[in-house]
Amino acid sequence: MYQINGYFEASTIKEAVDYLKENENSQIIAGGSDVLIKTRERKSGYVDKDLVGIMRITELHGISYDESGNILIGSTATFTEVEKNEIILKNISSLSTAVGSIGGPQIRNIGTIGGNVANGATSADSASSLFAMDAIILIEGPAGKREIPIKEFYLGPGKVALNRDELMTHIKIEKKNFEGYKGHYIKFSQRKAMDIATLGCSIMVKMDGNKIGDLKIAYGVAGPTPIRATEAELMAKGMEITTENLDKIGEKCLENASARDSWRASKAFRQQLIRELPKRAIKIALGGGE
Amino acid sequence: MLKTINCKINGRDMELQVDIRESLLDMLRDRLHLTGTKQGCGVGECGACAVLIDGQTLDSCIYMAVWADGKEIVTIEGITNDDGSLSDIQHNFVDKGAIQCGFCTPGFVVSATALLEEKPNPTKAEIRRGLSGNLCRCTGYTKILDAVESTAEQRGNKK
Repeated sequence: MYQINGYFEASTIKEAVDYLKENENSQIIAGGSDVLIKTRERKSGYVDKDLVGIMRITELHGISYDESGNILIGSTATFTEVEKNEIILKNISSLSTAVGSIGGPQIRNIGTIGGNVANGATSADSASSLFAMDAIILIEGPAGKREIPIKEFYLGPGKVALNRDELMTHIKIEKKNFEGYKGHYIKFSQRKAMDIATLGCSIMVKMDGNKIGDLKIAYGVAGPTPIRATEAELMAKGMEITTENLDKIGEKCLENASARDSWRASKAFRQQLIRELPKRAIKIALGGGE
Repeated sequence: MLKTINCKINGRDMELQVDIRESLLDMLRDRLHLTGTKQGCGVGECGACAVLIDGQTLDSCIYMAVWADGKEIVTIEGITNDDGSLSDIQHNFVDKGAIQCGFCTPGFVVSATALLEEKPNPTKAEIRRGLSGNLCRCTGYTKILDAVESTAEQRGNKK
């Protein structure tokens, strides 16, 4: 038995937001692969809640282009849906790779991209790619709709800028942030399935002739929240892709990182991954070998 | 708090009163006595409780019973043929010796069923990935992979 008090199945965004506003004990549940586990563990903040189910809200489903050619991902799109979606595969395949590395088939069939982000974990596999794409989080609440860049959405470990009575509706990837870019995500973990990343690295690179026109490097587990290696990104502009330059970029990435020791890996090992993974990811994105 | 749900389980339409605190696994085992579905870890890591919901493999331990409303659910009991004989996947698990204690087997068969439905001719890597949400703590996975591969080959030969 899950330790919950009530359950309300919302069928529209408005229904969900109204319920959240009226009932202070309410809490959103999407696929449940985080919430139900925490509920059963009786984790503080997850006990005796009135859960609001959002998986049957059709407005939150699907992946599409908006009128400006930006990609809109419904917050309840499951990892399986994102992984196999043609719009994602065509434009931002690194996100497909990222969500495809999560858990196993059963988790990917139920877990949602919105939940992955709203959970606030630095290790969330989708998050670093969304950071590299400067994703925008679309939110609806009692005060109406608002949009917030993903960098500002993450406040700390497990903390995001989403009020209890607000609902994340979509994740937007603007056309300018994927058009002309190639990307790749590398999850470094001990097992290839059912494991949490020791370190995750997602890059987006746009070439200008044989020089780097723009480079975005994002990490999971290189700090308390996903981060961007902004110093390295700045330095990389205009560089040619050579082994020496890639080494310089990898080294520079450490300036934005604050890796730590955990039972999964030591700080030193993580720092080595922070240096190494963007180099590999850039090479793979540009069609080079491993 | 009780809720009434309507769902199809192993081909039969059902109307059920479920407690909102129940997992689908609780409902299947305790209410419907479909005890072929097992509880292993209880947190969605081992896959022993896998069932098919609208054709997708899902862990029933982290799925609320109320979510089953309007869904079509197939458990290991529904994968076995109507006359009680084994499905081809189950047969191959037996033939290849892909079973030791058997606790994980229903979940593996469910995941393998979904995998072969989606990918009738999977590569070895695809089989491994398709079964990666299921753990077996007795033995290696080689014979389980062999059983699934043989099933795909046999089905291909029939065509």
